[in-house]
Amino acid sequence: MEKELRLMKGNEAVAEAAIRAGADGYFGYPITPQSEILEYLMEANPEETTGMIVLQAESEVAAINMVYGGAGCGKKVLTSSSSPGISLKQEGISYIAGAELPCLIVNVVRGGPGLGTIQPAQSDYFQSVKGGGHGDYKMIVLAPASVQEMADFVDLGFELAFKYRTPVMMLSDGAIGQMMEKVYLSPQKKRMTTFPDWATTGKKATRPRNIITSLDLESNGQEIFIQKLQDKYNLIKEQEVRYQEFQTEDAEYLLVAYGTSARVCQKSVQIARAQGLRVGLLRPITLFPFPSKRINELADHLKGILSVEMSAGQMVEDVLLSVNGKVPVRHYGRNGGIITTPEEVVENLKSIFIEA
Amino acid sequence: MFEIAGIREIVKPENLAYRKSDLLTENVMSYCPGCGHGTVHRILAEVIDELGLQSDTIGVSPVGCSVLMYNYIDVDIQQAAHGRAPAVATAIKRLLPEKFVFTYQGDGDLAAIGTAETIHACNRGENILMLFINNGIYGMTGGQMAPTTLVGMKSSTSPAGRIAKTMGSPLKMTDIVATLPGTYYVTRQSVHTPANVRKTKKAIRKAVQYQKLDRGTCFIEIVSNCPSGWKMTPVQSNKWMEETMFPVYPLGDLKTPEE
Ligand SMILES: Cc1ncc(C[n+]2csc(CCOP(=O)(O)OP(=O)(O)O)c2C)c(N)n1
Ligand code: SF4
Repeated sequence: MEKELRLMKGNEAVAEAAIRAGADGYFGYPITPQSEILEYLMEANPEETTGMIVLQAESEVAAINMVYGGAGCGKKVLTSSSSPGISLKQEGISYIAGAELPCLIVNVVRGGPGLGTIQPAQSDYFQSVKGGGHGDYKMIVLAPASVQEMADFVDLGFELAFKYRTPVMMLSDGAIGQMMEKVYLSPQKKRMTTFPDWATTGKKATRPRNIITSLDLESNGQEIFIQKLQDKYNLIKEQEVRYQEFQTEDAEYLLVAYGTSARVCQKSVQIARAQGLRVGLLRPITLFPFPSKRINELADHLKGILSVEMSAGQMVEDVLLSVNGKVPVRHYGRNGGIITTPEEVVENLKSIFIEA
Repeated sequence: MFEIAGIREIVKPENLAYRKSDLLTENVMSYCPGCGHGTVHRILAEVIDELGLQSDTIGVSPVGCSVLMYNYIDVDIQQAAHGRAPAVATAIKRLLPEKFVFTYQGDGDLAAIGTAETIHACNRGENILMLFINNGIYGMTGGQMAPTTLVGMKSSTSPAGRIAKTMGSPLKMTDIVATLPGTYYVTRQSVHTPANVRKTKKAIRKAVQYQKLDRGTCFIEIVSNCPSGWKMTPVQSNKWMEETMFPVYPLGDLKTPEE
């Protein structure tokens, strides 16, 4: 079937893609800049068409625990929020990781800490990639850079979530969530009719009861389980790294940026090249697993790396770890909802690495 | 899990006056002697068994002494984060509307940290059964004050007794949810005597059957004991419960369907 072309906001694209992916349930709570996801779904009322349940929860805490309940039944479920709401979800995300449940969590990031601003930011990188909630867990983190990717990563997110029985986060930001672009939407998928054998669907005589839990009071059992989780994360690191490169073949300087910053940096590469500077861009698509190996390889032929983020410098730590001292790595970023300009990036690249 | 050594040799079939429901596992329960949790588990398992609902039941266990409910009742169970069982159960029931879904929660879980989830699940009229075990204390963490702790009652965090002015008064969640249009059947029971056990079992059976009607939340509070947290023998605790808890939490129906 052919894809359908539409002009949509990133948030709307997530909502429509969720219906088309055959999702069974969405549980959310309003917060700017992502409320369109819940609004779109309420308006679309997919319960009438695909049977997908859409529920406005009393809080983000309730919403993520609804996701836990739905995922525990083996259903395709998702939630979305923005930074303060995602903070509230952290205990639930930790439980979901600990119970090895698949689900999709969309974070349309705004600036912080605290109530911060409703403008776009990338300051939830640490929270998403380094844990966020308590305990030794990770989740796969996908970073869309376009409305198209916000739609596409719904399907990809569910696929990875079920493949590895793990929560997947789509780490977007207020700019991509709010802007309108053309988007090709996949045809409607049918909702699942068979469910994983671990799901709580009612105990049949043919199987032992299914239990969804993250509890193990025995230290030995708990240690074995944590090790099993780490094995899974290592497998994900081997198999699921995704990134995109622009003009890195002959680059002397590399920009590393994801999401909105990557769009800006693509333009920066053109501007720098027009000035005779050999600059390339690596855009991580997965933030966990991080494209460390590739960045390390590229570093062999580089004079410097600039990590560009709408934050005070978070991803830069992973870039530093990736190159392990091979080349200088610096951070450039704007905060508080300000999106850096392509020219600013080039100016900073020059002043940091060339004029210095 | 372990089994009491030689139990099968001691209890001969011809001496059996009563046997446990097949839906109770062989695992030895971790509850303290005389604790009400075990009794509620038993009658809940019996009702599910008697109504033939094992394959149609999904339970949600809380954080609290009954966190390990899934080791004792042989149905599919999800273990929820502290206080969040009603949210977890909401999604289960919405996504599997044909199933019987229940939560099992203590008073710390349901009436303190999970107050919002409790009230909103009831207010949406989620078609689930909420079993609320009110023992007036945090059992699992070692006897701290709960929102349901009586005024003057001692706990490890109200060592001189609960003072209403600074610590609040007993929170009557059952009375609160009974006022919500979303609830269909709200009752307060106990399991400290055989007669009360029978009454509570009847209430649970009713609630399970009401769920098929899709009319709203069924909410059963069971005023219960915590001999360990209260620092009493089981017998003392039951007596104290009758004399001191029941006046504050009177037994009986708060809301019954108009049939
Ligand atoms: C978020 C969080 N806070 C606190 C705890 C610690 N905790 C475990 S059980 C419990 C109270 C349980 O009391 P109650 O719900 O009354 O159940 P009971 O043990 O008396 O049956 C607390 C505070 C926890 N596990 N999670
Ligand atoms: S601590 Fe209290 S509630 Fe917990 S099992 Fe013991 S008696 Fe029961």
